Amino acid sequence: MASAITVLLDGVAAGMLLFVLSVGLSVTLGLMNVVNLAHGAFGMLGGYVCVVLLNRLGVPFPLALLAAAAAAAAMGFVLERLLYVHIYGRDHLTQVLFSIGLVFIMGAVADWLMGARTQLIQLPSWLSGRMEFAGIGLGRYRLFLIILCGFVALALHFGLVRTRFGARLRAAVDDGVVARGMGLPVGRIFSITFALGSGLAGLGGALGVEILGLDPNFPLKYMVYFLVVVAVGGANSVAGPFLAALLLGVVDVAGKYWIPEVGAFIIYTAMVVLLLARPQGLLARAK
Amino acid sequence: MSAALETRGLTRRFGAFVAVDAVSLRVEPGARHALIGPNGAGKTTFVNLLSGALAASAGQVSLLGRDVSAAPQHLRVRLGLARTFQVNQLFAELTAMQATTMALAERAGLGAIWWRPLFGMAGLRAEAQQLLDTVRLPDAARHQRTASLPYGRQRLLEIALALAMRPRVLLLDEPAAGVPPADSREVLAAVAALPRDVAVLLIEHDMDLVFRFAERITVLAFGAVLADGAPSEIARSPAVREAYLGSTEVAHG
Amino acid sequence: MILLHAIPWAGALAGYWLFPEQLPLLSAIAIAALFAVSLDLIVGYAGLVTLGQAAFFGAGAYTAGILAQQGWGEPFSGLLAAAAVAALLGLISAPLVLRAGELAGLMVTLGLGLMLYEAANKAAAITGGADGLQGVEMWPIFGLYRFDLWGRTAYLYSLAVLFVLFMLARLLVASPFGWSLRAIRGNARRAPALGVPVKARLTAAYVIAAAYAGVAGGLLAQTTSFASLDALSFQRSADGLLMLVLGGLGSLYGALLGAVAFTVAHHALSEASPVFWQFWLGIALVALALAGQGGLLGLARAAIARLRRR
Repeated sequence: MASAITVLLDGVAAGMLLFVLSVGLSVTLGLMNVVNLAHGAFGMLGGYVCVVLLNRLGVPFPLALLAAAAAAAAMGFVLERLLYVHIYGRDHLTQVLFSIGLVFIMGAVADWLMGARTQLIQLPSWLSGRMEFAGIGLGRYRLFLIILCGFVALALHFGLVRTRFGARLRAAVDDGVVARGMGLPVGRIFSITFALGSGLAGLGGALGVEILGLDPNFPLKYMVYFLVVVAVGGANSVAGPFLAALLLGVVDVAGKYWIPEVGAFIIYTAMVVLLLARPQGLLARAK
Repeated sequence: MSAALETRGLTRRFGAFVAVDAVSLRVEPGARHALIGPNGAGKTTFVNLLSGALAASAGQVSLLGRDVSAAPQHLRVRLGLARTFQVNQLFAELTAMQATTMALAERAGLGAIWWRPLFGMAGLRAEAQQLLDTVRLPDAARHQRTASLPYGRQRLLEIALALAMRPRVLLLDEPAAGVPPADSREVLAAVAALPRDVAVLLIEHDMDLVFRFAERITVLAFGAVLADGAPSEIARSPAVREAYLGSTEVAHG
Repeated sequence: MILLHAIPWAGALAGYWLFPEQLPLLSAIAIAALFAVSLDLIVGYAGLVTLGQAAFFGAGAYTAGILAQQGWGEPFSGLLAAAAVAALLGLISAPLVLRAGELAGLMVTLGLGLMLYEAANKAAAITGGADGLQGVEMWPIFGLYRFDLWGRTAYLYSLAVLFVLFMLARLLVASPFGWSLRAIRGNARRAPALGVPVKARLTAAYVIAAAYAGVAGGLLAQTTSFASLDALSFQRSADGLLMLVLGGLGSLYGALLGAVAFTVAHHALSEASPVFWQFWLGIALVALALAGQGGLLGLARAAIARLRRR
């Protein structure tokens, strides 16, 4: 029986990771009202970039993480300009089909290039192993995740609240027509935001290789998790998705430790119940 | 005799903002009643409360003597309350004939029938043609996709669909809004030709139309009733002039 | 006009003699077509997008499969049971989906579908879990026609069920009920102002579509003597949506056409490699989404209209 505190900390680490992976979706889906089921594909890209750099080229882990984020951001930017712009404002069925299509394409490409197997990485020694902390065992990598992702969350929170870009984004999302009329470059704001969200997903994907596993099925396998974070957390703040992700991480890890026979059923049930209990979490800003 | 439509203390809040504030209004059977007020006075919210599209925060609505405050939209329609929308709410992919026939079937209580084709119901088809005659929608326009009709024609269909409900009370939300001046005569003719036994509540900006049409006027400002009376009284009311400050439109009457 | 309707069905029947080697594929097409019709009713006509239609397909498959496995192999009553169980599931879940609102409702359908998948996965004692349901044994149809190795009976049986349910669906979409669904899809604000009880109608459509999907799943279990988690998977829901937009949303023949095109392409491309198929499927989805909806049937209609104008 794992100690409750270890489970809790593992859950928090998983939740933090989930937050970084999904926060971009909470902007595209929650604020921009685009059903983007392909969000996980950016995470997958980040994961593969990290694996290749780390395993084949021997790039140091922190650099590989940065490169993963940059690659995912670049792909997000290009896809947004080329494709996503055409499905803003279209009906949900179109957005669903479009994004499922992207998932299939990227999954197939990943399969061709990297094979269907689950990828493994060798973490640097300073991140592997466990350490004792007042009698509580905690993996170094989990601790690293908590610190890094916590830092990202704080940066985002203050970035969105305090900076001019944050204010412009909120204006553009609130009323695109008015914002355009006021001379805000709404298109550019959206594409920068999209790229940022994709980049964070890429970072999350790279960080998650060790914990979530990485294979061409990654985007579909974790799609529901991302959606839950957005649905439960809402899109009004950084804190909402952050808390939702933590909750989800802890519930998921605890479930896997203590009642593995129920499996993912808990998460799906939680998703449905929470959607019904507070759909405004999802739709708070949508009219 | 009970009113065709009556509200008592009808209120709607959005957070701290009171959009409609304890409005009590009585529309007599067969009335030609206008509801006017400056922009943002709460007119459209009020219509949505009457039709049941929005739930009231407080107060009652009664229709032909029955309390319908808790009734959903479609039941109020069945009890005789129909409405048009300020901005056309039509079925872009359906033709005028299809939409009207569908609406008539619903009105006749046949809407749940699944085993007979709608267009096999000859009576409904004839009735739909008649209705489109009433609003003078040209024959050629009846079998085109609604989206391909000019706005003025769509406006006629908007009214025809409401009439298909065979209402006892009809709410007209700015029937001439958005219609180019050249086509507005058709729309106004359709409004003037409404059956006399139907009580009409007209929500309107255009004072010309209001004073030509209405036999009674209620003025709404900041969500509350500011004045209520015959058109001549309203035209003379200083409070109303105050509310429309800077505008001389009211003096038209 | 009647002739025009006869052509696809005559073609489907001719397939029985023309492709005696490919009858299992033809059965798969008929089953996919019924699934696409079920999705068309709820998505194409009523305008309610769902990501979890496979839940009903799978429920039907396991119902018919388990019945036969437990010793009741009569085909038609098996299909009825499949329809009933799926419809009941639909009736239970419809209020949840409708209550949540548009975007959240979409996710509720996804969540419910995944819940059922996981439940079937974990209830291995009943469903066989990841190994699938073994030992499904069907009785002969009318006590006369055995399900043979070449899939002759299976194809004619599937085709007959598809034909009957397709005609029923045609009746349904032409009725006042069917038109009220189009009205709800066309303008959900106006429909209630015309006296349409939107929730009740959408619930009815949802339940009917669920029953259709249940029959399709039941057919699959009966004709292949097998039911597996695949029947409940998200992939199946997504495939169904693709068939629908490929053929043309909101037209029943479009659903048929889409199912034929999709299943044949799947068969042909998967033989090369499953990844190859997945790639091209993705390309087709993106292209269709960007090009707008009309599907193959829309393209054909536009072409005919152009020819007529000449």
